[in-house]
Amino acid sequence: MLSSYQEGILIFLGINILLGWSVYLPLSTAQASIGNAGFMAIGAYISSYLTLNVGCPLFLAIILGGLTASLVGLLLGLPALRLRGIYLVMGTLAFGEMVRNIFLNWEFFGGAYGMRGMKGTSLLLVYFWVFFALFCFYILSRSRLRLTLDSIFDDEVVSQLTGTNIVKIKVGAFGFGALLAGIAGGLYAHYMRFIEPGNFSVLLSVYMLLFVIFGGMRTYWGAVLGAAVFTLVPEISRGLKDYRGVFFGGLIIAFMILRPKGLITRDLLKMIFYLPKKKDPLETN
Amino acid sequence: MIIEQLVNAIQIGSTYAVIAIAFTLLIGVLNLLNFAVGEVFMLGSFIGLTLLTLGLPIWLTLLLSMFLSGLICLVIYYFSFDLLKGSPELIPLVSTLGFSILLQNAAGLIWGTERQPFPESVSSQIINFGPIAVSPAQIVIFAVAIILMISLDRFIQKTRIGRGMRAVAENPNTANILGINSRWVIIVTFFASGMLAGASGILFSISYITVEPLIGFHVGIKAIAAMIVGGLGNIRGAIAGGFFIGFLEIMSMHFLGSQFRDIIVYALIFATLVAMPQGLMGVVQQEKGRI
Repeated sequence: MLSSYQEGILIFLGINILLGWSVYLPLSTAQASIGNAGFMAIGAYISSYLTLNVGCPLFLAIILGGLTASLVGLLLGLPALRLRGIYLVMGTLAFGEMVRNIFLNWEFFGGAYGMRGMKGTSLLLVYFWVFFALFCFYILSRSRLRLTLDSIFDDEVVSQLTGTNIVKIKVGAFGFGALLAGIAGGLYAHYMRFIEPGNFSVLLSVYMLLFVIFGGMRTYWGAVLGAAVFTLVPEISRGLKDYRGVFFGGLIIAFMILRPKGLITRDLLKMIFYLPKKKDPLETN
Repeated sequence: MIIEQLVNAIQIGSTYAVIAIAFTLLIGVLNLLNFAVGEVFMLGSFIGLTLLTLGLPIWLTLLLSMFLSGLICLVIYYFSFDLLKGSPELIPLVSTLGFSILLQNAAGLIWGTERQPFPESVSSQIINFGPIAVSPAQIVIFAVAIILMISLDRFIQKTRIGRGMRAVAENPNTANILGINSRWVIIVTFFASGMLAGASGILFSISYITVEPLIGFHVGIKAIAAMIVGGLGNIRGAIAGGFFIGFLEIMSMHFLGSQFRDIIVYALIFATLVAMPQGLMGVVQQEKGRI
């Protein structure tokens, strides 16, 4: 059996994987976001309110929290269409901090005091969502939609010229990313039993982006590996004590130099999973 | 009362303006959003704390701290820019985020994570000029900020390297063909950005007389807001933006209460980016070169 410490690490791993995917999805349409902690906060607060004050069952509350987050994500996705590259990074940064500050001042949700008393997140529940999302990503990777996403990532203008409705796809990617972050937020709140606005800082959003960049941003396995590294390294490097942050920062800088495309690239996956003669069905002839 | 608030707005605005220039220089010349500028600001302030405790006078502290901050920025240049040449624009940005985490934690290790008092180096004794009450500290902050801005402007407009910076901002490849040593120009740009960030850190600590490792992040966001309002890569815009954000902050605190201060700044960033990506200045002054 797992000790509660090990179980805690696994739960955090699952939540982090979901968070990584919430950044991966918009990023696969070339939209980099460092505001996803805002969506996570929305999911966490809404689901906590529903279970604590309405008596809604946990599973439903998490879904509703995720849907609220994704609604906000869709609304944010529309103006975000106008922003590219570093402009979008700064815009989403502002969004995330705005959400945090709104919760900080909203007495209805406990203000700076936060909310407490939520419970019920189990290992099973977390990994139900992880595997459900994994299944969706698998289907996605086998569908034509992946080609569309790739074409937007590579060149938006050309993609648009060939008849892709990039508005629908980009806003949709933003909304589904927000949905995942919202679900992760609900799971997080009901595991921690206590949330406050300070939990959802920019640093968390930055880490979500790092999961993806570190693991590899061109495949959904990248976020999994990135989340695993970022969840486990701090646990393993506990011995470094106060030097952990410095070590971590240094690790990021070193990896950007050594492997800027991330640990898992598509070429690597091809090398592992496809036998030489078997052709990738999605590779255009 | 309102005049007092205006003086405060100018004081905090001049600090924001100087660090906003540090951000906007790198964006204007290299299209690089360097998140670690906020941390260089914080380190400049901490270096100032150490030098002042050693008994150095404030003007020497300011100069030394600017120089050391410039050197720190050169380290960032080497690891986050020079070694990452040719990679997509997100990669240097993530690398500077790594520096941000590293420097913040390093400062915590060296100087402690607690909020620390900054020695009062310039008197904050209020002097009355008719209806206007100003302290020498406020005059010094404003004067230093103005001197820095004017010298940077002269440097960019009049010197050979300044012309090089403008050329690289326009088009790095053409600049190279025309015989500009773009590598040297980029190094000077990073050094100047670090110097400005460090100077701003000292100015900030003179007015708030405290330092802590987290101020880099908080002030960094304000500076990014100032830069966006002024239009990315536009130095004069960043100056106007800095004063504007300072003014907005003081006024929203005065009329709405301090809890609205940050919300308004973030809402402004988002609204400006979406509605006027050229910045509020972009409407007034049409594109006249990038920096």
